[in-house]
Amino acid sequence: MTDMLTPVLTDMWDVEQGWKLAPYESKGGYAALDIAFGMSQDDVITAVKDSGLRGRGGAGFPTGMKWSFIPQDNPRPKYLVVNADESEPGTCKDIPLMMGNPHVLVEGVIISSYAIRANKAFIYIRGEVLHVIRRVQAAVEEAYAAGHLGKNIHGSGYDLDVVVHAGAGAYICGEETALLEGLEGRRGQPRLRPPFPAVAGLYASPTVINNVESIASVPAIVKNGAAWFASMGTEKSKGHGIFSLSGHVQNPGQYEAPLGITLRELLDLAGGIRHGHEIKFWTPGGSSTPLLTAEHLDIPLDFEGVGAVGSMLGTRALQIFDETVCVVRAVLRWTEFYKHESCGKCTPCREGTWWLVQALTRLENGQGTEADLDQLLDQCDNILGRSFCALGDGATSPISSSIEHFRDEYLAHLAHGGCPFDAARSTAWAGTEVSA
Amino acid sequence: MSTQPIDEKTIAELREIAARYPEPRSGLLPMLHLVQSVQGRVTPEGIEACAAVLDISAAEVSGVATFYTMYKRHGVGDYHVGVCTNTLCAVMGGDEIFARLKEHLDIGNDEVAVQRQGDSKTVSLEHIECNAACDFAPVMMVNWEFMDNQTPESAVQLVESLRAGHEIQSTRGPKLCTFREAERVLAGFPDGLVDEGPTAGPPSLVGLKIARERGWTAPDAPTTPAIEAKESDQ
Repeated sequence: MTDMLTPVLTDMWDVEQGWKLAPYESKGGYAALDIAFGMSQDDVITAVKDSGLRGRGGAGFPTGMKWSFIPQDNPRPKYLVVNADESEPGTCKDIPLMMGNPHVLVEGVIISSYAIRANKAFIYIRGEVLHVIRRVQAAVEEAYAAGHLGKNIHGSGYDLDVVVHAGAGAYICGEETALLEGLEGRRGQPRLRPPFPAVAGLYASPTVINNVESIASVPAIVKNGAAWFASMGTEKSKGHGIFSLSGHVQNPGQYEAPLGITLRELLDLAGGIRHGHEIKFWTPGGSSTPLLTAEHLDIPLDFEGVGAVGSMLGTRALQIFDETVCVVRAVLRWTEFYKHESCGKCTPCREGTWWLVQALTRLENGQGTEADLDQLLDQCDNILGRSFCALGDGATSPISSSIEHFRDEYLAHLAHGGCPFDAARSTAWAGTEVSA
Repeated sequence: MSTQPIDEKTIAELREIAARYPEPRSGLLPMLHLVQSVQGRVTPEGIEACAAVLDISAAEVSGVATFYTMYKRHGVGDYHVGVCTNTLCAVMGGDEIFARLKEHLDIGNDEVAVQRQGDSKTVSLEHIECNAACDFAPVMMVNWEFMDNQTPESAVQLVESLRAGHEIQSTRGPKLCTFREAERVLAGFPDGLVDEGPTAGPPSLVGLKIARERGWTAPDAPTTPAIEAKESDQ
């Protein structure tokens, strides 16, 4: 029986100066390199396939399969790009991972690049996290100095260079083809697929783009074996993953557990909902994943379990909201975010997110009629699935799911002539200053 | 704040950034960060310099510079203060913090507060989107360093300390540097502050702490790695 929490990537986080090479190596770090170099590249890909590792950036595509799509008969250089543009609202796992354990990412980059036969890799980190960028920059430098990067790594004959690249503030660059545009020095606007990046990615060359946590999971798979990784998790969602609890819980934070743990179990570990309150709604994997409610506390948090109740596992970004929170206010704010971050390329998303904000603002202010709800859903229908990337789709998720679960609350705004909630009751300090 | 010219040293560094990449244009984002580190914002002169180094038009550089929110067309303060007002932080109090700071500094979004007599440094204010620290909500950023778990009172105190020129430590990082110094790190020129701050902040450690207390770990690794075993079977 696997333990309820399984620290692997987080295991360095309580180590003094855990971001440095020496403590990482003293815990067995970089030992997976020689194991990997002793294997053929295809065997490394097979091991990652066999492990069942699925992309940790939200979509859950099998990582090893993604790697196997790289056409090795293509004469152009191959590239590995790490998506470290963590920006999905609620998602806060890759940032502490790179802050506390950057070397596991660098080691993963080396093994993954070796497997896909890339000699150049890029780590694209969102620009708004200065200290995280320092830590990754330094880890790469230390890895070069120790001979883990550069020419003829560990005498294997394999060469790899890594560039740490800072973004400049654009949620859309978390979308992999927009990220490539940013990395090519352009506006971050998604590309039409096909061709997929595996065939024509960075500089129109075969490119693998993986999330930080996916790449960081690779060294332990190589070191401990695919079966070890697959012994954690559920039938189709294998391995460990970092679950991020935020909002109205007693102890918000990071919990690394096998996929398939439930929110009820996580809330138990987190000390429950803040005292005197109860859960109202939550996101399983960021704001782009449809909202769930108290009736979903026992679903397994794996790709299938969350999918079966009409949402998505996403990035395991569990934002918890108690009964003091107005769902219309929450959804309006997310919608304003999508409006701000829409890159402007596709009309349904560019125009649609503006319409959504207008409609929701009216409803939050208690204006309009019940028919406006149906119009809002109709607008969502005209955005969903009609653009190059999933940003517009994500914008509709909180709206349609909140109307599904909380239609009466929207109507209460109309009956009340405005928002019936007191925002002050939701704050972190509510009840601390006055106890009346 | 004075605007230094883009001199030969900066041009050389712009070229150095472009040379990190197989195709020079890939350097444009960090190059624009470097421009901000020298001039405090993306100036027409900086745009021309990037265009010249990359041999592309100024319009192309401008198109990129206007797309990304971290590039500023107008100057910001020595300390650029961001308040997360995305849903989670907003609900946890970010809205109240942002409102209080606007009132206290007497400015709107994306504006620079007046430098009063006696202020040694300037601050600017912006509401920001999710900065990936939701377990530390409500979150503020100063020059893109984390200032976790803020309240309206702590936020006011923070901006006053910054204006007074006091030394302030990020809650998960080093002593705060200026906006221009921060931009230089983003351009890929480390400042030697990497070893300051903790490995992780308290919320990052809650799960790990429970695992340590209860003796929970990932499964033991097989003594013979499965991969090698599989190969020797063949």
